[in-house]
Amino acid sequence: MTWLAEHELRLGWRDWLSMMTAGRRSRMRTVAIALIVFGGFMHLLAWSMVGGYAATGTHPDKAALVAVTGTILLSWSLLLSQAMESVTRAFYTRADLDLILTSPVPARRIFAVRIARIAVSVSLVALFLASPFINVLAYIGGPRWLAAYGVVAAMGMAAAAFAVALTVALFRLIGPKRTRLIAQIVAAVIGAAFVIGLQIAAIVSYGNLSRFAPLQSEWLIARAPDVSSPLWWPAHALLGDLSALMLVVAASLALLGASIAVFSRRFGDHVIAASGVSQSAVRQRQRRAFRNGSPAGALRRKEWMLLARDPWLVSQTLMQILYLLPPALLLWRSFREGASGFILLVPVLVMAAGQLGGGLAWLSISGEDAPDLVASAPLSPRRVIWAKIEAVMQTIALVFAPFVAALAFASYWAALVAGCGVLAAAGASTLVQLCFRTQARRSQFRRRQTSSRIATFAEAFSSIAWAAAAALTAAGTWLALAPALIAAGILAGARLIAPRSA
Amino acid sequence: MQRPVALAVRGLSKRFDRPAVEALDLTVYGGEFYALVGPNGAGKTTTLRMVTGLLRPDSGTIHIGGIDALADAIAAKQITAWLSDEPMIYDKLTPFEYLEFVAGLWRIEPGIAEARARELIGWLGLAPHAHERCEGFSRGMRQKVALAGALVHDPQLIILDEPLTGLDAGSARDVKTVLRKRVAAGGTVIMTTHILEVAERMADRIGIIAGGRLIAEGTLEELHRKTGKTAASLEDTFLMLVEQPVAAE
Repeated sequence: MTWLAEHELRLGWRDWLSMMTAGRRSRMRTVAIALIVFGGFMHLLAWSMVGGYAATGTHPDKAALVAVTGTILLSWSLLLSQAMESVTRAFYTRADLDLILTSPVPARRIFAVRIARIAVSVSLVALFLASPFINVLAYIGGPRWLAAYGVVAAMGMAAAAFAVALTVALFRLIGPKRTRLIAQIVAAVIGAAFVIGLQIAAIVSYGNLSRFAPLQSEWLIARAPDVSSPLWWPAHALLGDLSALMLVVAASLALLGASIAVFSRRFGDHVIAASGVSQSAVRQRQRRAFRNGSPAGALRRKEWMLLARDPWLVSQTLMQILYLLPPALLLWRSFREGASGFILLVPVLVMAAGQLGGGLAWLSISGEDAPDLVASAPLSPRRVIWAKIEAVMQTIALVFAPFVAALAFASYWAALVAGCGVLAAAGASTLVQLCFRTQARRSQFRRRQTSSRIATFAEAFSSIAWAAAAALTAAGTWLALAPALIAAGILAGARLIAPRSA
Repeated sequence: MQRPVALAVRGLSKRFDRPAVEALDLTVYGGEFYALVGPNGAGKTTTLRMVTGLLRPDSGTIHIGGIDALADAIAAKQITAWLSDEPMIYDKLTPFEYLEFVAGLWRIEPGIAEARARELIGWLGLAPHAHERCEGFSRGMRQKVALAGALVHDPQLIILDEPLTGLDAGSARDVKTVLRKRVAAGGTVIMTTHILEVAERMADRIGIIAGGRLIAEGTLEELHRKTGKTAASLEDTFLMLVEQPVAAE
């Protein structure tokens, strides 16, 4: 078992390294420097966000326990989502499965180690992301806050245990053929649902988008269990109560152990079942005749068909739309009450358009599955690129038009600004993807960020800048020029540092 | 009567970290089946990718059907088809939709394109799967779909890179039959292959490339004469010709 664990850890480490360096060992130094800079930035951010809570004592009141537990649940839902993704990958990625399953080592042992590896990797990612916050709290409030590291690790283990149970349950309920897609969608929904749910509760109750507002409500605090309830153990542990920490870690370890004991035996059977799933023939409705049209039209139609026929991509795309639900609710509420809260919708729409535009542009430009065919067609590269940009922008227009139209009922000005902002943000993200285009398979969509970190950051910061510019324009201030100039600067910078061959 | 030239390559060179193709001259005539053979890394694929406009040469000229492919790439592409060794098709499209897409890219009149698509789908034995998405197709079926895509716009010159790799006997025969029909109808086929028996049986002329240079060219008999062993197989002739320059170096 030990050599197998070592093997798994080595694979995990190399996988992570390859993801961080996009497969280029020469980037190690750059990645190390970027990680240090990122760590420093995160510590500053953590200081501004949680520095004020460092004084919270080891004997908190119910209100503090509700807030801390809510935050733990919020983070845990994200860990569960990530763990489900990992478990689904373990089921369906062939990689070394043929070798493993034909070796004389009992499959139960191998999958026990593999489940443990998932728990370790989920916990390590969580620890990495939580460390700036814990370090800041420990620096200001004392070493008792270091207990939070134990809580985070316990959360990772519990998330892995639940993820294995949930995925296996799905496997038994709907079979190996559908589990792959459904598990990925469930994982994404779990990751988003808690945040969105809290935002909707905040809008309904308080008329704002703060997800923490419901956690501070008197109604909830009054109905929460007493401070001595085991429900608060994780919160007590996080605040430095060592006996609560021992209990939480022990409970998580027990959960993970039980999950390994129960499911590793069957895991091999499920993996074999998953690998035996052949893609059944999907028949399309037969059309009468070939359509007439330009080469650019053929390219656009192809892009839309590929997007519409990939349920996983559609679910990922729609997931971004799901985040628009709370602001849409806010718009509806503001409109009904004659309030001006709808202004908040403008930057949210613009930000979402930037992110969605970047994803679609990557699929269309870099995720071309038949690059040789398109490149050998009698079309200039410029026309090919334009057709792809048109496909992206038309999809964006289709998705966001209903929101902008709804906004027009509340304010023509806000709708106009939102419409222009949506096009600007999506267009900018598309240009960033154009600058950093590489050749990849569509199936690599989830790992698109690893091909260029600069492109990822440029896309994110450009969307944020356009959202800020739109918000300030909607509010009627000339200050909007500043973020608009920053957005233009980001684009110019991206163009300058983009690889020459692109 | 002078035969029309389908492809004329002169002084073609391409260098990556080392020279991949060096001052290569190649002439292929209309209605000819030309096989380009050579060891791994000889420069076969690089040469053909430059001919199809997928790679820019460092120097040299390329004329396809009399069109300067470097000066007027669009016109040259209009009469050329390229099929890479790895069939690149769209998993979520059906063969019929894929052919419609390719016909759209080459601006083929829909009525003509559809008739050709039906004919090709029939020839290649894809009819039962014509309206199924390609995602579940075997490698052989994917290669056939890609080949149909290469032929649907009725190219004068079709260039194939290892089209028979990984195909079962039945699929390989279907592909070879379609290519023979193409040549019989006046089309020109240039194909790289590692399977020397295929080159021996199908090609009118064979070009042997090594170290980025065309080291020998001609019919099977002409190649045999060059080695002085008329009874040898193409494999023996190939190995002798390929090893000669290496030994000379």
